[in-house]
Formats: sequence, C-alpha cells, structure tokens
Amino acid sequence: MVEYYLSLFVRAVFIENMALVFFLGMCTFIAISKKIETAMGLGIAVVVVQTITVPVNNLIYQFLLAEGALAWAGLSEVDLSFLGFLSYIGVIAAIVQILEMFLDKYVPVLYNALGVFLPLITVNCAILGGSLFMVNRDYNFPESVVYGFGSGVGWAIAIVVLAGIREKMKYSNVPEGLRGLGITFITVGLMSLGFMSFGGISL
Amino acid sequence: MNPKEVLLNPLFNNNPIGLQMLGICSALAVTTKMSVALVMCIALTTVTAFSNLFISLIRNQIPSSVRIIVQMAIIASLVIVVDQVLGAVAYDISKQLSVFVGLIITNCIVMGRAEAFAMQNPPGLSFIDGIGNGLGYSVVLMIVATIREFFGSGSLFGIEVMPLVTNGGWYSSMGLMLLPPSAFFIIGLLIWVLREWKTDQVEEVEFEIGGHTALSRI
Repeated sequence: MVEYYLSLFVRAVFIENMALVFFLGMCTFIAISKKIETAMGLGIAVVVVQTITVPVNNLIYQFLLAEGALAWAGLSEVDLSFLGFLSYIGVIAAIVQILEMFLDKYVPVLYNALGVFLPLITVNCAILGGSLFMVNRDYNFPESVVYGFGSGVGWAIAIVVLAGIREKMKYSNVPEGLRGLGITFITVGLMSLGFMSFGGISL
Repeated sequence: MNPKEVLLNPLFNNNPIGLQMLGICSALAVTTKMSVALVMCIALTTVTAFSNLFISLIRNQIPSSVRIIVQMAIIASLVIVVDQVLGAVAYDISKQLSVFVGLIITNCIVMGRAEAFAMQNPPGLSFIDGIGNGLGYSVVLMIVATIREFFGSGSLFGIEVMPLVTNGGWYSSMGLMLLPPSAFFIIGLLIWVLREWKTDQVEEVEFEIGGHTALSRI
C-alpha cells in the first residue's frame, strides 16, 4: 500500500514532471527563474497551493460534478461535468485568496516570503493542469493528495534547477539573437532531455 | 492605432511567444501533429478574440478589485463552449488534446491581452487584437508542428510525404522530434532566427564580458 503511493509520488515528481515533460506552468517557469531565491519562493508556493487544490477539486468532482455524483441528493441522473473548468478555476482562485489572507493574518513571515507569488499562481497552468490530470486519470482522494504534492514538488525542483543554471549563464558569452529567452529555451530543452531518461523506469 | 496595425503587429513585431513570453505551455505540448496543432490554434484564437470582445464591452462596469475573477469567469465559460463544440465536431482530436483545451483558461495570452488591451480599448479594436494575437501564436505553433511532424513521422497533416523505413520506404524517422525536448530546441532556435531578422528585439546583456586577459597581455 505504502509502496503504491510512494511510486505514485516518484512518478509525479520525476517521470511525469509537470514542467519538463508536460510543459505546464511554462510562462512563470521562464519568467521567474532568474534568481535561485525567488525561484525557491515560487516553488514552495506552488507545492502548498497544489497540495491543497488538487484534493479539494477531487472532492468537488466526486461529490458534485461527476456523472451520478449527485445521487446523495436524489439527483442520480444529473451530469454536471461540463461545469468542470469553471469550478476548478473558481476553487483555485478562492483558495489562493484565502491562503493569502490566512498567511497575512497568522504567518506574516511566510506571507512576506511568498506574498508576491501567490496571486501569480492562480494563472499558473501547472495548478489547473494538476486538477485536470487528476480528473482525467480518475484518482481517488488519497491518490489525489499524493499526486498534488508530488507534482508540486516536481515543478519546484525543476524551477530551482533552471534558476541555478541561469545564474551561472549570465556570465557566458551567448550569441546576440539567442541571448535571454532563446538560450533559456534551449537550456530547458536539455534539462527536459535529462528528465526523459526517467521515462524508462517502470514503477 | 489603426486596425490593420493591431491585427498584424503581433505576427512578427510583437509576437506573443517570441517576445511577450506568453502562452508557451500549450505551444510545446500539442505540436507533434499538425492537425492537432491547427485545432488548438483555432480554439485559442476564438477564445482570445471573444474574451477580448466581451471584456471590452463591460470594461467600464467591472470594479477593478474583482476584475481578475470576472475575466476568469468569462474566459472559463468561453473555453467550456469551445470544449463542448470540439467534443461534438472533432471527437478524436479533442481526445488527443486532452487537458490542453481546458488549459486555455490559464493560457497567459488570453489573460494577458484581456488585462493589457481589452480593459482600455473599445470592443471592435479589442476583438481584432484578440485575432491578431491568436494568429501570432498560431504562426509559431504551426511552424513548430510542421517541423516536428515532417521530421518526426515523415508526413504533413497525416499524409505521408517521406515514406518511412517501417512502411518499406527510405526515411528513418527522427524519434527525438516526437519527444518533448525537441519542441524547446525548435522554439529556442526560432526565437534566434526572429531576432536576427528583427534586431531591435535582442535583449540587453546583464553582464559585460571583458577581453581575454591572457591574450591581451601579449
């Protein structure tokens, strides 16, 4: 049992890495990876939000939206799954807002560290992507907790590694047209190539 | 601003992917086949154009404190419509796009243009801006998809151009082209080409490199 969840976790972190294999959250991934410190802050914020939103969306899907999910209310023929996108993004926006207010009130240290990044997370595709993959693959509640945490951690690792490379790269002499965005793409491509090697592992 | 400029500027001068750094996520994931990429382009252009139009129509009524939520609600509703239409009209392709249709909601092009353009400009112009940016995205997406499908499977739009060795032909396909990393390389190189052509898009150096000290002493 533990083994099953552990392999789900490892799969979410390495083999199905959100950033490098599914290209999710690429905009923020490339825009906010110039310094290790900020990358770390954003990474942690993503892990936190992802671990909360995926399970919450899982509950919403299971008990409200899926076909026949409203059986507990006597409406067993209702299929609300077309409302999925709207509800998931609503849940994500709401949770980010609540988290922001909660941290502001009770954990000001963390709020100051994460403050700038929290609003950005609402529009990060990795978060919505996590929820959509969870629905696509029919995860149950415990699986969705593990998957949410794992995919967040995978994304965080990838952005911190990229920030490390970019910090060194600003001292190198890159051809003019390739400078900045271009060379970053190629770096990410090489990192992604590295992560492909995890693909052969079967868990 | 005249409408023609608004429509054509995003194609090369102010390309959403090449310069504004918007909407990269889906540009990479859906480009292994041209037909899939084309459907994605149409879906995204439609959503961007109409979200710009509707947001621009109500731009004076939206209180600025809740504008993100309002924009999100409009965009998400449009994406639901597109998703349902795709599911009805092109079921196979919508299966291949899987979660990426849903991810149009968080595609930064849609949000970015809504926030940067539609909130300040009249509906007609915003609609054109949406189409222009959608096309700018489509240009990059289709170039990447053409390269990947041509070299990866020797075909264009699923029609075999170079017969594969596995089918008794002469072309042995480049497996790398079908894997995720190739998309990064192709986009990186495309940006290079674009910036060699439009040199004003080249980024500033962050750190000047001095002359070679050992050589300069000679």
